[in-house]
Amino acid sequence: MIKVSFDSIFKTVLKAVGVLMLLLLAGIFVTLVIDSLPAMKAAGFAFFTGTTWDPVFKEYGSLVFLVGTLLTSFLALAISLPFSLAIAIFLGEYFRSGLVSSFLKSAIELMAGIPSVIFGMWGLFVLVPLVRQVEMQFGVAPYGIGILTASLILAVMIIPYSASISSDVVNLVPADLKEAALSLGATRYEMIKKVVLPSARSGIFAGVLLSLGRAIGETMAVTMVIGNANILPTSIFSPANTMASIIANEFAEATDAVYISCLIEVGLLLMMVTLVISMIGRYIMHRMKI
Amino acid sequence: MKKALLTVIALVAALAAAMLPGARAEAKELLGAGATFPFPYYSKLFDTYNQEKGVKVNYQAIGSGGGIQQLKAKTVDFGGTDDFMKDKEMAEAGAPILHIPTCLGAVVITYNVPGDPAIKLTPSLIVDIFLGRIEKWNDKRILDVNPGAQLPDMNIATVHRSDGSGTTAIFSDYLSTVSAEWKERVGAGKSLNWPNGLGAKGNPGVAGLVKQVPGAIGYVELIYAVQNKMPYADVKNKSGVFIKPSMKSVTAAAGVAIPDDTRVSIVNTAAKDGYPISGFTWLVFYKEQNYAGRSKEKATDLANLMGWILHEGQQLAEGLDYAPLPAEAVKKAEAILKSATYDGASIVQ
Repeated sequence: MIKVSFDSIFKTVLKAVGVLMLLLLAGIFVTLVIDSLPAMKAAGFAFFTGTTWDPVFKEYGSLVFLVGTLLTSFLALAISLPFSLAIAIFLGEYFRSGLVSSFLKSAIELMAGIPSVIFGMWGLFVLVPLVRQVEMQFGVAPYGIGILTASLILAVMIIPYSASISSDVVNLVPADLKEAALSLGATRYEMIKKVVLPSARSGIFAGVLLSLGRAIGETMAVTMVIGNANILPTSIFSPANTMASIIANEFAEATDAVYISCLIEVGLLLMMVTLVISMIGRYIMHRMKI
Repeated sequence: MKKALLTVIALVAALAAAMLPGARAEAKELLGAGATFPFPYYSKLFDTYNQEKGVKVNYQAIGSGGGIQQLKAKTVDFGGTDDFMKDKEMAEAGAPILHIPTCLGAVVITYNVPGDPAIKLTPSLIVDIFLGRIEKWNDKRILDVNPGAQLPDMNIATVHRSDGSGTTAIFSDYLSTVSAEWKERVGAGKSLNWPNGLGAKGNPGVAGLVKQVPGAIGYVELIYAVQNKMPYADVKNKSGVFIKPSMKSVTAAAGVAIPDDTRVSIVNTAAKDGYPISGFTWLVFYKEQNYAGRSKEKATDLANLMGWILHEGQQLAEGLDYAPLPAEAVKKAEAILKSATYDGASIVQ
């Protein structure tokens, strides 16, 4: 009797927590929509297509920030992918246990725990001078900060996420599949390429998606190295700005009601972008599962 | 939503303060929030005041905009702001608000030119550099003002604040005052639509970026530049004199006619020895102190604190590199303080 009632209590608690999470998400969404109504009224559709962000003359267009966010995030993803894939295969296939593997694993976990402001500092003092050297080679304005630097920092920050999930997934590929491949005369490389990666790709993609979410929302490290210029970028060396960074920068000192509302609408846009990307991701993941 | 958020922050801060050991209900405490620029000065002030008078002042440096919001939401006893409240904001506050100036701040133009030459700048040079019209350090117009200076053939990269700030407000107020074109194209405010250049967060961010990028020029608070031993330019004032930014020249900048409510911008000052990119920073509070169930004791505590800042407090300013108020401003501020009331009766005589 007691066991049954405990079970049902446990189930109710779980349900309540689940519903609470949904309510929380819905609550955030509704609050964002309500608080951005004045901005929608004032700026209308031009909010999404405008490239001028001018709090003085009250012109608010957020396209620059949308472009900045997408550009830095996807570039970071592209840079990080080879590294996280290599780590995943290394840990999931070649060194599944032992000193090297546990050392590398804890190093990756440690990296995931480093506060983003530290990455920003490191970027500003180590990466920026290096990027400046590269920029001088290319003959562009040698600021050292801009989209490329921000993407590099983001890539380093998201590698732990995609690498740890991917290596777990690679680890989970059934041994009989791999043995079957080897018994047919495949080399280890062929086995990884033809068996391990295809059967793990959906999980690897999930890890990539999680890391992309992190890249889109990252604020502090990006704001320190992106240059915060509210101008459409012309190259990957240009300074730019992201949605998260404009909110963090201007929210504290915004006093005008429409101005605050516009910043909240940027937040709403950020939430929608994350939502859309995760939905597309889920669709692709679904298609991948054969 | 912002108001709600700020209220939550203030409540958490108040709760945290209330839970500190020894803080009982009868312990005297005042709550303030606002400008970050004078925060080091205020910390020292309030700490000394607590030791001398036994009144604890809890000041949260959340930014000028936040401070005014908090005051309007009546969650703090006073706000702090680098940018005086405009008539429209005053009207929105619901009841008359008083401004008490506490000290002066200045914005200096710092640069990173190889060899750290001393550089002088005129208002039109500053405007054209930040509009992106002067692109090289060895531009003829810069050389004309700085004869004999070793200026390299190097691109100028302008650095500005990316976060909304009182520093940007004073700097852009100055540029709008000296240039009609700036006023029309960019304007004045805490956040601007900068025509070019790089943005960095906070004084440390701008300073860091200027140090990092050769050929960079940016603006920071005088105190920040002094304490970090950064080079900064002399600026030509309205009287045609090149002024080195210093506590003395900043205090001198306020040596002009000040209106009775002290809400005045002193950029491009007419004072002969005054540094032109200077401004007051204020504490703001409601004129009628009997609101939201406040006790008369609390109102008296607040008035006493303001009076103390105007006199004893000023001596602490200089030790911390903040420019103290000139005598005239103190006199005006005293009159403002006397106008504060509780139930219609003056609090201080």
